[in-house]
Amino acid sequence: MLICGMGGTILTLWIMSLVMGLLGKLFPEKPAKKEA
Amino acid sequence: MADAIINGLGGLTVGFQMLAVDWRNTVMILVGFVLLYLGIKKDCEPLLLVPIGFGCILANIPLSDVMSQEGFIRAIYDAGITTELFPLLIFVGIGAMTDFGPVLAQPSTFLLGAAGQFGIFLTLLLALALGFPQLDAVAIGIIGACDGPTAIYVTSKYAPHLLGAVSVAAYSYMSLVPIIQPPIMRLLTTKKERETVMKPVAKPVSKTTKMMFPLVITILGGIIAPKGLPLLGTIMLGNLMRESGVVSRLTKASENEIANVVTLFLGLCIGATMVGSAFIKAQTLIILALGLVAICLDTVCGVLMGKVMRVATGGKVNPLIGAAGISAFPMAARVVQREGQKWNKKSYLLMHAMGANAGGQVGSVIAAAVMLSVLAGMGIIR
Repeated sequence: MLICGMGGTILTLWIMSLVMGLLGKLFPEKPAKKEA
Repeated sequence: MADAIINGLGGLTVGFQMLAVDWRNTVMILVGFVLLYLGIKKDCEPLLLVPIGFGCILANIPLSDVMSQEGFIRAIYDAGITTELFPLLIFVGIGAMTDFGPVLAQPSTFLLGAAGQFGIFLTLLLALALGFPQLDAVAIGIIGACDGPTAIYVTSKYAPHLLGAVSVAAYSYMSLVPIIQPPIMRLLTTKKERETVMKPVAKPVSKTTKMMFPLVITILGGIIAPKGLPLLGTIMLGNLMRESGVVSRLTKASENEIANVVTLFLGLCIGATMVGSAFIKAQTLIILALGLVAICLDTVCGVLMGKVMRVATGGKVNPLIGAAGISAFPMAARVVQREGQKWNKKSYLLMHAMGANAGGQVGSVIAAAVMLSVLAGMGIIR
């Protein structure tokens, strides 16, 4: 239980951190366009 | 005629007689007053402690039928707690209120949010070692999520007879985070570590990323740990509504009206489960003690993970931020900021701690989901 629970939690959140890092790179914040 | 009057008056004194017969009801009425005092005078989680305290008094008045089969609180309980609806509706509100931007700016802080949940599993083992049945141990361990709705969801599903003790422990310790955490943070870190100044988080997060976050987390988390999908799905639905910006009426309703009504009903129901005969037991004291242990272990594991990250980054991380990996949002982050400032006036840890804290919010839900899915995999729950 300890191994599966703690390991599963950290693995899941690690995968999520990788995916979110990737999303951050795929959709970076664009600087606001200056109005003409 | 005289007999009828005596019998009639007797009916008015039965309650007093019952009060004398079972002292536990009197004690619980006093407990109700203490909860009301803490909520009203000490401002400790008043939104919950006031209805919990009043519900406790209502249920412990002798001959009270508020929790009988036709009782009005029983009707609310059956509609919202037995069906697990209330904690889920609260989660929609939490999702609508929470800005996950800080954790998206530094996704590595998700790991602090994971470590901040290890107390759940360690306490579960401790409860099993103390002889609690498996499902009771699961409910006790979940206090370590430091997250009221998660604790209520899991307990009402698997150990409803412990709902009062687990909920009171979860909410009480959450409000005691500023007292519980600092000594542990100091004990586990060196002066040099506590004085570390971290670079400000400058990375902006795009709206697209913020909108993709709830969708990706729901799908990924749901596939990995489907047992926790209701928890994950509702918090992420609330967050998607917030970040999309197109359903502001629903977002506002979720974080205000719906959350307020449900909080009132939830508090009343929890208080009404605290009936003297069921609550005053050595077991309740053990549960309260284990809850405290769970939150201490969360803090220990979070700070230790902070130390690991410090080593991995060559000393750039202040391990104090690990203490914010629990779900008490944003209280734990504020505690970290205050503690960091105490040791170094130039240290501003708030945004880093907010990242860990937001990670802890997701972490607590994921940890509960993982735990339930692992238990289902082991055949302990269905």
